[in-house]
Amino acid sequence: MHDAAALDDVDRRLINAMQGDFPLVAEPYRAVAEMLGLSETELLTRLDSLLARRVLTRFGPMFQIERAGGAFVLAAMVVADEDLARVSDQVNAFPEVAHNYRREHEFNMWFVLATATREGIPDAIARIEQATGLPVFAFPKEREYFVGMKLRA
Amino acid sequence: MRNPANAALDAVDRRLMVATQAGLPRVSRPYDLLAAELGIDAAEVLTRLQRMLDSGVIRRIGAVPNHYAIGYTANGMSVWNVDDRRVDALGAQIGALDFVTHCYRRPRRMPQWPYNLFAMVHGPDRAEVEAKAARIALLLGDACAAHEVLYSTEILKKTGLRISG
Repeated sequence: MHDAAALDDVDRRLINAMQGDFPLVAEPYRAVAEMLGLSETELLTRLDSLLARRVLTRFGPMFQIERAGGAFVLAAMVVADEDLARVSDQVNAFPEVAHNYRREHEFNMWFVLATATREGIPDAIARIEQATGLPVFAFPKEREYFVGMKLRA
Repeated sequence: MRNPANAALDAVDRRLMVATQAGLPRVSRPYDLLAAELGIDAAEVLTRLQRMLDSGVIRRIGAVPNHYAIGYTANGMSVWNVDDRRVDALGAQIGALDFVTHCYRRPRRMPQWPYNLFAMVHGPDRAEVEAKAARIALLLGDACAAHEVLYSTEILKKTGLRISG
């Protein structure tokens, strides 16, 4: 866990400015640096540092697997506390499971399935239900209103 | 409007996806470096990336912040049962709030799950997340019949998306 205070104003402006619309030009870092009033070297140094400190988990193209024929689905299960370790191991063993969070609720296991084809989702759900003996509730996104993060700079 | 029909990817697109899924090179001329790696010219890298942006295969090129490292350690998935006739207009307003990082409409699963609007709210602690959820509740007003905030207590698995070449 890093100290949130380790981010200065320039870092915050950089994070806000670099969440989208990265330019498709020969020297894109220079273009962004100029917009922020930094040198290209300083921008790259800060970006490296933010990634090394895991303030940013990634920098690059964000692929929407759905547009390439694949699919993502949020899914949830209701798992008894005494079964949680077993079910978690069984669910996590599926390579299609990208993230899995335990949450405080009757629906206490929430995971994201990512598959290379649309048909892969019902197939993975059926196999998870078979492996665990529990129903899987799928929550496909019907409409996206926003994805991103806005930091006060 | 993005056209899914344009999203057909060829082998070079897929190699470009694989070459960049860990991230874009952090050098002065990143697209030149990718071009050299793939054995195509830099203009083609730019054309292909632009095409994938246009078709929506690439949502955006940018940074992905880690909420935990930024100090937002309380992660609440707020879920709301919102009038179907008003959910789209209200969802757009909630997505625009500065503390909401993800906002989607999803299907209800009756009778167990009456919620159709999901908004991820992050804060330094639960009190802050609750205060933010209260602001969402105010905005939704009588369009919302019920809501809950589901806090994560443990990351059971976290691997990035993996595409095979």
